[in-house]
Amino acid sequence: MAVATETPPRVSPARRARSRALARFVRHRLALFGLGAIIVLVLLCAVGPYIWPYNDLRIDIRHRFAEPFMSAHILGADALGRDLFARLMIAGRVSLTVGFAAMAISTVIGTFVGTIAGYFGGAIGSMLMRFVDAVLCFPSIFLLLALAAFVQPNLFTITLVIAATAWMEVARVVEAQIRSLRERDFALAAKVLGASDAHIMFHELLPNAVAPIVVASTLNVARAILLEAYVSFLGYGIQPPTPSWGNMLNNAQEYLATAPWLALLPGLFIILAVTGFNFVGDGLRDALDPRLDIT
Amino acid sequence: MTRFLLRRLAQSLVLLWLVSVIGFAVLHLAPGGPLAEFTLIPGMTTAQLKLIAHQMGLDRPLPVQYWEWFRRMLAGNWGRSYRDSQPVLYVIAAHLWPTLELMVSSTVIAILLGTWVGVLGAIRRYSVFDYLATVGAMIALSIPTFWFGLVVIYIFSVKLAWLPAGNLYTIGNGSFLDYAVHLISPSIVLALVTIAIWSRYLRASMLEVVNQDYIRTARAKGVPEQTILFRHTIRNALLPMITIAGLQLPTLLSGALVTETVFTWPGMGRLFLDSIGYRDYPVVMGILMFSAVLVLLGNLAADLLYAAADPRIRLD
Repeated sequence: MAVATETPPRVSPARRARSRALARFVRHRLALFGLGAIIVLVLLCAVGPYIWPYNDLRIDIRHRFAEPFMSAHILGADALGRDLFARLMIAGRVSLTVGFAAMAISTVIGTFVGTIAGYFGGAIGSMLMRFVDAVLCFPSIFLLLALAAFVQPNLFTITLVIAATAWMEVARVVEAQIRSLRERDFALAAKVLGASDAHIMFHELLPNAVAPIVVASTLNVARAILLEAYVSFLGYGIQPPTPSWGNMLNNAQEYLATAPWLALLPGLFIILAVTGFNFVGDGLRDALDPRLDIT
Repeated sequence: MTRFLLRRLAQSLVLLWLVSVIGFAVLHLAPGGPLAEFTLIPGMTTAQLKLIAHQMGLDRPLPVQYWEWFRRMLAGNWGRSYRDSQPVLYVIAAHLWPTLELMVSSTVIAILLGTWVGVLGAIRRYSVFDYLATVGAMIALSIPTFWFGLVVIYIFSVKLAWLPAGNLYTIGNGSFLDYAVHLISPSIVLALVTIAIWSRYLRASMLEVVNQDYIRTARAKGVPEQTILFRHTIRNALLPMITIAGLQLPTLLSGALVTETVFTWPGMGRLFLDSIGYRDYPVVMGILMFSAVLVLLGNLAADLLYAAADPRIRLD
């Protein structure tokens, strides 16, 4: 018989309680870090271009491929000598705007569909939710590209297309919430008092489902920023010369051997923004809705 | 069992039908619709376009058009590529293998690594390793696949020159080893997201199983901890992961498209991207429908496998 070489840690209750507190603290810290990262990024992209001496479109051939930290172009320059830091800030405006706007639109669509489906249930509800299931059968990037490729790509259409592929999760979350809230006493009371369906749905039930919607929306910003990066990287999103964090990378592969920072830096900005929203979303989930915790 | 099977099949068929409606809507909502390709030809007049629309049956009522399209699709006639006139299903089949190869090898990597991370995170809950794994998984889910691909190419192909930067094989070589070496980087890149998701869900699943009565019983009987871990906990914790694996299919396909683009991998994802570039409408539609059907079948297979693997699941 083999002897057990390893036993699960049997820790004292006091130590376990301390570990729990530590866990909460770390999670909280992560959410704070995420919030900090988002605020810094938003401020940087909003105010930075007014202060920074370089323009994102100014071509400076003498400083082509300037390396980071070696010249006045603090984060280096691209193939046309355009200042990378200036471009990253302007690109951030585009990417963050698309992220927030797509989140707002997808939250509205998802909340609307979810509320209707959850409240009415029955044939309407199951039809709407089967529609959600069906849209989720398409791999998101395939659907996104198919839609994006056939519209005139600009800030507005790309935002709409991203929203069109990102509302389903919200719809699922809201549907489940509304379906359970519908049976609660206060909802039945409103019904007995003769309140209209619309009033019950949007004034009685929906305010009680705000917490999971806030969580889902925060995570959706992260998702939307990522989707914008993907579609722009693949050439069907925001079009140059307007920079976005995604499209700054679409020529970077050619210069990987000579100017790797052109690929690395925009990616780091994307990761910082997306991680920020994911951390905040996760922290909010812990704080607002412990039942949804899967990790 | 039969009843469960029939109901799941019926549900899948309803979804399949909805998928086809959405596919048709995408096809026709896009400006130009199936005519998009012809409008690009120089010297094309509106009158001629109308004639083509008539020939293609695009001037008929939408429900009629939908029925025609759906009927032909079911019969296996998915149209012909605008680019080389090959039947769409043939074109897809020709590009399917490299994608499957990539998906399978990355899934194997992801399951091995993800299981290790998830199990260790669960048995050493709240340890430093557990925190690093938690934070690491969240960061991994925030990394754009293409960026990670570029980093891997930069480190392992440009700097260290250990691995090739792309393609299926070296032209003129094509030995098994050559294929395998080319598969390493893209598989790792595609595996990243799956490792993160797999390890998180497995950790949660492990923690659930650990609190079950049968684990306590085993411990009370004096079964060695290691046997409990491998024979009872991990095996039971892996069961619900079958469903998780099925649900990951859309994410995996999306990731494959991006990975294939970065590594010039001649699979279905790249075919899709190229077809969009050429406005090769039948192929774009074909891949969109094909991937959705694949996802649907994947979910169905996962459900059935789960039921087969876990005798506690009653199939009715």
